[in-house]
Amino acid sequence: MLRRTLLATAAAGLGLMTAGGAMAAGMDKVKACFVYVGPIGDGGWTYQHHQGALAVQEAYGDKVEIQYQESVPEGADAERVLTQMALGGCNIIFTTSFGYMDPTNAVAAKFPDVKFEHATGFKREHPNVSTYNARFYEGRAVQGTIAGMMTKSNKIGYIGSFPIPEVMNGINAYYLAAKKVNPNVELSVVWAFTWFDPAKEADSAKALIDQGVDVIAAHTDSTAPLAEAAKAGGAVIGFGQASDMEAYKPSPRVSSIIDNWAPYYVERVGALLDGTYEQSDVWAGIAGGEVLIGDITDAVPAEVKAAAEKVRDDIAAGTLHPFTGPIKKQDGSDWLAEGATAPDGDLLGMNFYVEGITGDIPK
Amino acid sequence: MLRLEKRPNPSRFWLYATPVVAVVLTMFFGGLLFALMGTNPFAVIRTIFWDPLFGEFAFYLRGQLLVKAGPLILIAIGLSLGFRAGIWNIGAEGQYIMGAICGAAVGLAVYPTENRLIFPLMILAGAFGGWAWAMIPAILKTRFNTNEILVSLMLVYVAQTILAKASTGFLKNPEGMGFPGSRNFSGYPAAANPELIAGSGLHWGGVAALIVAVAAWVLLSRHIIGFQIRLSGQAPRAARFHGVNPSRLVVLCMGLSGALAGLAGLFEVTGPAGQISIDFNVGYGFTAIIVAFLGRLNPIGIVLAGVLMALTYVGGEMASTNLRLPAAAIQVFQGMLLFFLLGVDVLTNYRIRMAKGG
Repeated sequence: MLRRTLLATAAAGLGLMTAGGAMAAGMDKVKACFVYVGPIGDGGWTYQHHQGALAVQEAYGDKVEIQYQESVPEGADAERVLTQMALGGCNIIFTTSFGYMDPTNAVAAKFPDVKFEHATGFKREHPNVSTYNARFYEGRAVQGTIAGMMTKSNKIGYIGSFPIPEVMNGINAYYLAAKKVNPNVELSVVWAFTWFDPAKEADSAKALIDQGVDVIAAHTDSTAPLAEAAKAGGAVIGFGQASDMEAYKPSPRVSSIIDNWAPYYVERVGALLDGTYEQSDVWAGIAGGEVLIGDITDAVPAEVKAAAEKVRDDIAAGTLHPFTGPIKKQDGSDWLAEGATAPDGDLLGMNFYVEGITGDIPK
Repeated sequence: MLRLEKRPNPSRFWLYATPVVAVVLTMFFGGLLFALMGTNPFAVIRTIFWDPLFGEFAFYLRGQLLVKAGPLILIAIGLSLGFRAGIWNIGAEGQYIMGAICGAAVGLAVYPTENRLIFPLMILAGAFGGWAWAMIPAILKTRFNTNEILVSLMLVYVAQTILAKASTGFLKNPEGMGFPGSRNFSGYPAAANPELIAGSGLHWGGVAALIVAVAAWVLLSRHIIGFQIRLSGQAPRAARFHGVNPSRLVVLCMGLSGALAGLAGLFEVTGPAGQISIDFNVGYGFTAIIVAFLGRLNPIGIVLAGVLMALTYVGGEMASTNLRLPAAAIQVFQGMLLFFLLGVDVLTNYRIRMAKGG
């Protein structure tokens, strides 16, 4: 009955701001809930989030209860799923896709006692909404290095999902790193307009291969691009995306970016248990262990492997930033001066290609 | 040996019994599937069909049923008119998208003006967007005799591309830090379509669905156009002798179903969805085809079918979260419903006979 009143009041537009500090005392048991955009068996993005959820269970055993919902469409349906979870007693809800941003904030307004954690977004409209993301572009710099050195046709490809800043970061970092080791490299980008659709992803990979591309990076969630590359019989290589995708080792999968959400999830749920939880906005990368570079296989020569690992280690050490000037935008205008590194604000709002990439960003 | 024999007239009994039998069969075989997966089938069926209506959180979920059923009913009723006349608009999903884009564009163009006329104007624009998109296959059919099934279906993919362009380009929120998606209508009262009674889930889309259901019923049973629609479906030649103009009927049915789908899109984008985004459409236009047939192309039947379909969605989500069923199992369950519906529907037009002598 209490929950009902609460919901009705909030829906009537009266803000309930009574929960401030209510969690400070810590909790005996936490119900942690996860909303996934794809199936947990996608072998990529959602799979990794689910691994994080399982790690939470592992870390706290009986003190946590895990609940999750797969394949939740981004939009009105997400709002219902979130509300059901909050009503069902979830204490903390992780919403693991960009498109859950507005629903997360809308539901958070109605349940001030429930903590909401939104992955990859920027809106924290209420004190109980935190955001978290990983610097995937750091991993792209490692992949770009491999791509630039490995391509024989000097044509490398990238399967984009949606032209949002996170993806633009990845494309530009990949290209810049490839260009650095191979000035003749050309990048083709195909937009799939989906996060998870194996058929579309395979078509995108095929389109790239037909253009003569022999190294493919994907920013979508399934293993379909690697499966397509495998058909080329060793002539085309690619990378595991979001998850290690080790089934395609040693080739076409020559390395991977692994999203490692487990440390963050364990930390946040732990903070809720011991009463130290606070609203936050986290953006960690290779150094923080959120972005892991999967094993670089023997399908690449030793010097390529060494170069890639050096990029990885330099980024981890903080001596290399994937976006270090001089860098111009595609239209020729200046972006970063000699020696300057990209401020986070520029990266979070990135909506342009860097100089040298051909083609238009879908508008 | 069993043999199918065509009935001289469609069976009235099976016409109405089919949906019921299909639901029962779905429950049975779905339950079997769940049992094989190691979940208690009775708990699943109860979670899907009972809990959203009478369970602990029914106060919230009943409203959500209306949110889900509203657009399904609105679109399905439009489609059913054409289906009755043998005009197959399969592209309601595209018309739904275009209605949402046109309606939203009108609202966003005058942002942040506050005026009572804005929302009604957006409703008109939404209906127009869906209507115009449906006119493409309609006119191609009447002028060049193209197949409206293919053209309307293909236009769904065109509409999705325009939707992507809208959310990353011409309707993008200028204050959205470069992220795709339009402004959220929940922050713009003049253009918003909020719940009419807090917590009820009822917004103008639900009201429109009910009004349209009644209007369609009156049209079909009392109006000359309704008679022409029914006649064209049952006896096209007779219809022509009765002075029915087939081209006019195509334009009318496609236009009506397009406009209703556009309306559904507009109510959705200004209400539950809140904004134009790349993933705005979630398949209402396609699911509505199932709803139309499940409801026997009858307005009252469609209202019931829409609620039933909404129940499988909302309850299915509950079953998936609370009982840890994979989302795919729920989709299989929904697929079964259509499968059994079509399967059992054979009995409306055919009867099973034992063949003599093997």
